Order: sequence, then C-alpha cells, then structure tokens
Amino acid sequence: MRLKKIKFSSLISKEWLTHFGKTLKYSLYVIFHPFDGFWDLTHEKRGSVGAANFLVFLYLLLNILRLQFTSFLVRNINLSRINMWVEIASVIAPILLWCVSNWGFTTLMDGKGRLKEVYMGTAYALTPMIIIGYPNMILSNFLTIEEITFYSFFDTLSLIWFVALVLAAMMMIHDYSLTKTVFSSVLTLVGMAVIVFILVVFFSLISDGIAYFVSLYQEIQFRFY
Amino acid sequence: MRKLKKFGSLLAATAIAVTGIFTTPSDAVFADDANTTYSYTYDIWGEMQSSPDAYRPTKHISGDMFEFEQEDGSMVAKNFVEPQGQFIRGNKIYVCDTGNNRIVEIAFDGKEYKGVREIKEFFGEDGESLTLNKPYDIFVTDNEEMIISDYGNERVLHVDKEAKLIKMMTVPDVTPFNDETDARKFQPQKLIMDTAGRIYVQAEKINKGLLEFDTEGNFTQYVGASPVTFNMIDYIWRFFMTEAQIAAQPKFVPTEYNNVAIDSEGFMYVTLATFDDNKYLTANPVRRLNSTGSDILVRNGNDPPCGDLKWDNAGGYNGPSHFYDVVTFDNNSYCTIDQTRGRIFAYDFQGNLLYAFGGIGNRLGYFRKPVAIDRMGDSLFVMDAQYSNITVFELTEFGELINKALREYQNADYDKSAEYWNNVLRLNGNYDLAYIGVGRALLRQEKYAEAMDYFKAKRDRRNYSKAFEQYRKEQIEDHIGDLVKALIVVLIGVWLIKKVRKIQREVRECD
Repeated sequence: MRLKKIKFSSLISKEWLTHFGKTLKYSLYVIFHPFDGFWDLTHEKRGSVGAANFLVFLYLLLNILRLQFTSFLVRNINLSRINMWVEIASVIAPILLWCVSNWGFTTLMDGKGRLKEVYMGTAYALTPMIIIGYPNMILSNFLTIEEITFYSFFDTLSLIWFVALVLAAMMMIHDYSLTKTVFSSVLTLVGMAVIVFILVVFFSLISDGIAYFVSLYQEIQFRFY
Repeated sequence: MRKLKKFGSLLAATAIAVTGIFTTPSDAVFADDANTTYSYTYDIWGEMQSSPDAYRPTKHISGDMFEFEQEDGSMVAKNFVEPQGQFIRGNKIYVCDTGNNRIVEIAFDGKEYKGVREIKEFFGEDGESLTLNKPYDIFVTDNEEMIISDYGNERVLHVDKEAKLIKMMTVPDVTPFNDETDARKFQPQKLIMDTAGRIYVQAEKINKGLLEFDTEGNFTQYVGASPVTFNMIDYIWRFFMTEAQIAAQPKFVPTEYNNVAIDSEGFMYVTLATFDDNKYLTANPVRRLNSTGSDILVRNGNDPPCGDLKWDNAGGYNGPSHFYDVVTFDNNSYCTIDQTRGRIFAYDFQGNLLYAFGGIGNRLGYFRKPVAIDRMGDSLFVMDAQYSNITVFELTEFGELINKALREYQNADYDKSAEYWNNVLRLNGNYDLAYIGVGRALLRQEKYAEAMDYFKAKRDRRNYSKAFEQYRKEQIEDHIGDLVKALIVVLIGVWLIKKVRKIQREVRECD
C-alpha cells in the first residue's frame, strides 16, 4: 500500500492563509484607530480567532524569551529557579480568566459581545506589547545601568497603550459608554479573583475527596492482607 | 584460565578498595575532604555555598592547663567557671574567669600557652584589699593597665600593672540609676577604653547606649543609643487604645547593646541581639559607631551583615543569628559570633560575607554558648561560657589568600589583588567576591569583554555596567567606519530602487 502524500496546502488552504494574513495585519490598524478598529473587528468581521491566537502566542513567546535575553541589569533572574510551565501559565491564565470573567459579567450587563469577540478584542489589544516588547528586549542589552530608564519608559508606554486598547475594545464590543466600561472592567477583575478562589477551593475539595477514597481503599486492603 | 585471571584481578581491586575505605577517614576530623559543611558563604542568590575552611580549630585552652600558687603555697589548677570575657594584648590573653572571681593572665610563647599569674585581689590607695564579684570583661592598655567590669560589685575598676587601683567608677548619678522609683542597678558588662583614655561601658538592661566615663572616672554622657524604631500601623493603633491596653503593649524603646569592641581606627563596634525575628535583615545587629554615636558601618554587600540568611527549624535551633561579640582586623574586616547556631561570620570592609563557620556541638571547633571572640595576630580565640574554654582557630591558606587579596585591593593594587583572587578561585570556584575581584582588575586593564563575563557571572550590576559602557564605546569607535559605509550603501540602494521604480513607472505610462 502506498502512503498518501499529505500536501501542506491541503492542511492550510490558500484562502485561509490570506484571510489570516489580512486579519493579522488588521491588528496594526486597530492599535492606531482603536474605536473604529475594534468596532469593525467584530461587526465587520475584519479580525479572526486565528490571528488572535497567533498574537497571544507571540506574547507568550516574548515573555519566555525575555527571561533569557533581557539584560540582567534590567531583570536579574536566577534561571536555575525558573519553572517553564509556571511561566507559561502566568501568561495564559490571566488572559483566559479575563475573557471568561468579562464575558460572564457583561452578559448580565447588557453587553453585546460574545466570548469569542471578547477574546479577540483582548488578544488584538496585546499588539503594542508585542511590537514594543521585542525591540525593547533587544535594546536592553545595549544599555548601561543609568540608561535603563529608556527601557522602563517603553515598557510602561506599552502597558498604558495596552490598557487603553483593552478599554476601547470592551467599549466597542459591548457597545458601552466609557463609565460603564470602566465599571465592568473593575467588576471583571473582582470576578477573576473570585474564579481563582473557587478553583482553589474546588481543587482542595477534590483532592480531599480523592484522599478519602484512597485511604478507604488502603484500610480495606490492610484488612484483607 | 582467562576467566580465573579476570576473577583474580577483580579480587585484588576489591581488596584495594576495601582497605582504602577502612584506612583513610579515621584520622583528623578536619581533613580537607572529610568536612564540606563546616565553612560556607552565601552566593548572589542568597543560597548557601560550601567553602574550604578559612579558619581551622587547632586546640582548646581550658583553665586546668594553668597551675598557680595559692596563699597556702600549694599549686592548684582550676577550671574556668562560666567565663564571660577575655582580652588579648600582644601575646597575652587575659581571661575573666567570672565564676571563680579571678583574672587569669596567659602568655603564648609561639608554641605553648603558659599561665603568668592569676589576680584575685587589688589594692586600693590606702592598701585595702578589693576583691572581684563576677568580673564580666577586661580591657588592657598598652602599658598593661587593666580595666575590669566588676559586675557583682556594681563598679568598674581601673588598675595598674601591679594590681594597684588607679580609679574606680561606681554607679553614675543619672537616670535610670537614680530614679526615685524603680532605680536600676549599675551592672557593667562589657567595656573598652579609647585612645584618649575615655572608658565606654555597656551595662545590663540599659538602652540609652554606652556609658562614657572621662579620664578622671566621672560619668559624662550616654553614647550611641540606637534610634527608636516603630511602625506606623502600631502607632495609629495606639490612638484607639485605652491606657491599660497601651500599658500592656511592648514599649517603643531603643534596643540595648550586648557588647562593644574598638577597631584600629578608634571606632566602636557594638552588637545587639534583641530584635524582632522577622526583621533580622533591617535590625543591623552589628554597628560601627562614630564619635556622635551614629552608625557608620558600610553595608554594600548583597545582603546586610546579619549572619545567616536562610534557616530551617532544625535540631531545635530556629530564628535568625544573634550576635554577641565582634572582633575587628586591621583591614577593617570583622568577625562576629552568633549564639543561635554557634557560628562565626567574617565580613570585609564593604560588608560582604567572606566566610562563615562553626556550629553547635561538642567537637573541636563547635560551641555551646560562645560569648567572646578576640584575636592574636591572625588567630581567633573564641570563648565558650558553657564549655568554659577557649577554642583557638588558625588561619588557613585559603583565609590568608582572601586577606592578602583584600589588603592589595585596599592598597589600590588591583592587579596584585586579582592574582590572589585567582588563587582563591583555584581553591573555591564558588567564591563570588573572587570573581568580582578578578573582574575589577580586568576592567582596569581595559579588558572589558572579559571583565563583563566575570561581573555577569556573579551579577555585579554596577561594575558590569561600567565595563559595558567602555566596551560599547570601544566597539563603536572601532566600527564607526563600517557603520558609515553601511549607511552609505543603504542610502545608495534606496536611491537606486527609487530611480528604477520611477523608470518602470515612466515605461508603464508610455505603454
């Protein structure tokens, strides 16, 4: 029997690729025209989940590369103490928590956006962090201790930009006023904390439950041996 | 046959291995390979790194080694009983044998320790006899005058070589000794005399600092009280408390010192052991006081000089290090003793931990309750009150190399210093200071890239930055020509592309 040759093009069609490229390129438009951009992102279908995933991946990659390649004058990290899974989780988990919590609250608050759209908006808002973050990481290696201010300036700039974009995205996606956006965002943060709390409670409850049955099994086992 | 041969050689190898196991470790406890946890340092990440011994215990000095003639003519050798203080001047050790109410003078002739005399009584101006009651500490001047804190008799005696009284300092007329209610007893513990002849006394339960007595023996002032520390939240809480609640709260009082020492420059070193266990990093348990009493100790190390940075609740010993004495060296290094774990911590003039060693135990080099540390030349003498003996530590090659490297560094001979640091590295590849020391010399030799490697390895940000700044400058200066060339090429390229595009457009328009 002859093995069928799997063609690359059959996995990723040309149309999908062009759509992906187009939607990814749209992130550059969004960051400079947030209100207009985020409106069209969902309502005019000019963004895609694929591109959003890719942006999150780039951001994740940046956070991992930063550990190794930022100058130690800026971030003095004991690499032997780094746990890669924890680092990955510390990037992915807040993004997912934000999306779920935001979707949950806005559903109750007449928000128009769906979970997919909230995720897309948040991911597209990460764009300035990515396009400033990578060059900044490289730049840090050319700075002396007195010039670190440049690094922290760009770092802060990207953070402020990101926050502003997230607010704009939520405003457009849910069709909110500014005050309502800020209010719902604060609620979202509270909701994130609640989710984490419930997860921890569940985890300990389940592990206690399992431990109960394990010890029960052991006791019975000791009885019969 | 071949098999048998193989078996034979195997047997021989096993025999050698077995004899090896049974012969090697039986002798000296402090063989280099047998002891890897006795000495250590903390690295840049605050983690313990074992280190070769910088000091090695050689022997115990105990009281029964010295016979003295008694009043009835017999020769008696008595053990020390809970000795609290010692002083070393030249080759003589003066031991305050607190429990036996005597001072023992011991001389070291380079090989052996010999008892010179024991002093049990002193003679006043009128020839009357003065005895000691729990002498706590002694200070000896260049001309062998002795200053003794007579704890039990609540006085400080200043006597000459022949044990004749020069002056006596009794309870000063100052608070809290003359308080109408609850007057404190004057119980002098540790003391020193400065070069001007002033005497500084640390007395029990006094938190106003050290008592200063002038050359006449009159009390002049308190010196160097540690500033009161309190936190804002406690302070705010007090507004809402009743009188009774406030009275039940711990008071905001300065901490009391437990020892005092003087260095070669005439500055006083004090130690203190009463502080909140959680604040051990900011408690500054060892301080260097200037004449106005402010703390001028240099703390440029990765961590402040506070003893152990990490500990477990192991073997019943928990909590931060508690310093009880300090000894200073001519190069401004100093050693402190910790009573929590019976350890000795050595710091350099910048406050970097050089090495730490010791422990609680009953072998040579371990302690139960170390109370005093002094030095004769480079040798350390640590007095243990519970074991009632003195442990002698000798400097090893490793310790000597560190001392030499530090000395050359202070003499600003960085290259020579780096030579010693390189030798230190040969003995201990985990020694952070050595890397930085070598890096410094490379920096001065303008080998910036290499210096950067050394600084980066031990995360010395400031020096790395310095080296990097020079390296960057050098690189730019070297390659400025290439950069300009590249720029010109790029500009020409851009211009060419534009030109080509223009021509293409014109061609298209013509079509």
